[in-house]
Amino acid sequence: MTAKFDIIKRRYWWFVFSAFLIIPGLISIAVQGFNLGIDFTGGTLLDLQFDRPVSVYEVREALKEHQLENSTIQLAGTGQGDKAQNVFIRTKILTEEERKAVANDLNTKVGQFEVLRIEKVGAVIGSELTRQAAIAVLISCLVMIGYISWRFEFKFAVSGIAALLHDVIVVLGVFSLLQKEIDATFVAAILTIVGYSINDTIVIFDRIRENLKTHRRSESFADMVNRSIWQVMTRSIYTVLTVLMAVVALYLFGGETTKTFSFALLIGILSGCYSSIFNASPIWVTWKEIADRKRLQARAKGA
Amino acid sequence: MRWGNFTSFLVVVLAIIIVSGIYMYPLALSIKQGLDLQGGTHVVLEAVDTPDAKVDEDAVQRVVKIIERRVNELGLTEPIIQRQGERRIIVELPGVKDPEKAIEMIGKTALLEFQDESGNTVLTGKDLKDAKAQIDQSNRNLVSLEFSQEGAEKFADLTRKNVGKHIAILLDKQMLTNPVVEEPISGGKAVITGNRSIEEAQRIAILLRSGSLPVKMEILETRTVGPTLGQDSKDKSEFAFAVSIIAIVVFMLLFYRLSGFVANVALLMYILLLLVIMKMLNATLTLPGIAGIILSMGMAVDTSVLIFERFKEEYRGGKTLRAAMDAGFHRAFATIIDSHVTTLIAAAVLFVLGTGPVKGFAVTLGIGILLSLFTAITATRFMLKMLMNANIFKNGKIFGA
Repeated sequence: MTAKFDIIKRRYWWFVFSAFLIIPGLISIAVQGFNLGIDFTGGTLLDLQFDRPVSVYEVREALKEHQLENSTIQLAGTGQGDKAQNVFIRTKILTEEERKAVANDLNTKVGQFEVLRIEKVGAVIGSELTRQAAIAVLISCLVMIGYISWRFEFKFAVSGIAALLHDVIVVLGVFSLLQKEIDATFVAAILTIVGYSINDTIVIFDRIRENLKTHRRSESFADMVNRSIWQVMTRSIYTVLTVLMAVVALYLFGGETTKTFSFALLIGILSGCYSSIFNASPIWVTWKEIADRKRLQARAKGA
Repeated sequence: MRWGNFTSFLVVVLAIIIVSGIYMYPLALSIKQGLDLQGGTHVVLEAVDTPDAKVDEDAVQRVVKIIERRVNELGLTEPIIQRQGERRIIVELPGVKDPEKAIEMIGKTALLEFQDESGNTVLTGKDLKDAKAQIDQSNRNLVSLEFSQEGAEKFADLTRKNVGKHIAILLDKQMLTNPVVEEPISGGKAVITGNRSIEEAQRIAILLRSGSLPVKMEILETRTVGPTLGQDSKDKSEFAFAVSIIAIVVFMLLFYRLSGFVANVALLMYILLLLVIMKMLNATLTLPGIAGIILSMGMAVDTSVLIFERFKEEYRGGKTLRAAMDAGFHRAFATIIDSHVTTLIAAAVLFVLGTGPVKGFAVTLGIGILLSLFTAITATRFMLKMLMNANIFKNGKIFGA
């Protein structure tokens, strides 16, 4: 293979770069936490009866000015099509003034309505579900470590899971830093990122495993891993391109309420592709080299 | 040149395209959709004071938990259960066709009582450990009860004192059954007979398992509601999904030409089979489920990319088209198995431990991975083999190499 950009040689750059990605996010999570949406915190339910049938789109447009476009808007009543007179809106908790402003705007932009109820509503997603989901993800990581250790080796398993956690933390960090609202769909996005990240990493590990079999002493671990990464580089790029095209389309053309979902996927998949190439294998090489050095030292002492 | 092989290739491809063309859309529409995608029934319940039980914060919180349990036991996917104000609870159920039964069950107090002949309540539902619906040998529909340790002692005591007399079992003050005690029962188990159907026995079992509500709940209103994601967002996202698929199809065609075309046909088959399986499992599709589909589709595309890249490598290494394709499949297979099994394991753990959205995601991801192993490897290979055996296209470029 011709001399290509040496990824492994510059591995400490990537580690530093990843630290730059992760640490601000972690600090932000610790200091300001997350901007949890109404699914987690509860909010205000408006039950409105308009004089004429209205569409969800019209109502959402009117709410845009108040930054409430990602509210849950449902048409209610029997025999509804694309339009109905009765509309349920769940927004974040509104103050008296906000409520008046929203009502005014709905009145002028959408039409006359009668308020059937305005009430505080509780969370839809309990802390229990979030905790359960987190535990399920952690346990699946442990089981994956078991499988990868069996099929590859323990060092691969830990490096792969480290890259996976990197991606999850990056996404959590970005959402915390930008104070982007987190809703129920976020859980699904994180799960998808976990799956994507590990799949992407395993493919590169597999190439290293294959090259390890025919590995000559004259070539260092670092060079061999670098060669392996470059051998699957086209695949890594093509795969991330296809997935990104799909996710970008979802982000650009999808609705307001799926924006959180597709944005999280966008960040997670970019991070997943990056960490598979620049973190997972470099961690493995570093670990392998340290272990080898220790073994040599032990042997030297013993002799 | 062998036209026979080429004809069979064309027949297979056309068959897949035509079958998909006819069945895909109606099949997709017939799959149940969750509250987020299709909407459902919006129910408002209110806790009311009775002489026996006054409503307080603690009682309402317990009601929410019990209702959650009931809805989950009914197998309704990803419902919304939400406090409204002080005393009210909103329950939104996904597209239930006949919501009356479900709603009636959710609001039931479900207080179980065992009474002796003088009308003293000796045991209640609180003394139960478990309740299950069963059909016994003489084809009766039973609810079998298992008491807690304390309950078992009380029950043994009750039966010992009442041999030859009636014991009434009541649910919400209505008598379910009124058997005569033949001998003392000490095993901590009992059955409720006299159910009209196994469904009824199941409903009672669910109610007993989930516990009785601490206060009386009244149903204030029931209304049909649209999808929680919003009809507008749903329409937009459907369009976005279509754009995504077209982008992937075009990408595969541009980069892998004929091989890419075959992979696209396999992808079509994958979507069709996924719909068939979801239909067979009577699964409910929600957004997390779609996320699982997106991931497994991404992995299916990745599988094709892996195989074709390997094929290119081997072909450029000097192998013939057929040998290179064989080697491509063979060597990519080890990679694909490990990456797929790892993700499948994660899906299995999420399925077992997860609830609601986590489970929904795990189901479609698991099915999707198994399917993509079949379509992206077996089916693609089968079609490509026929094509190569036909010997019409001899230039590697046509296959993307």
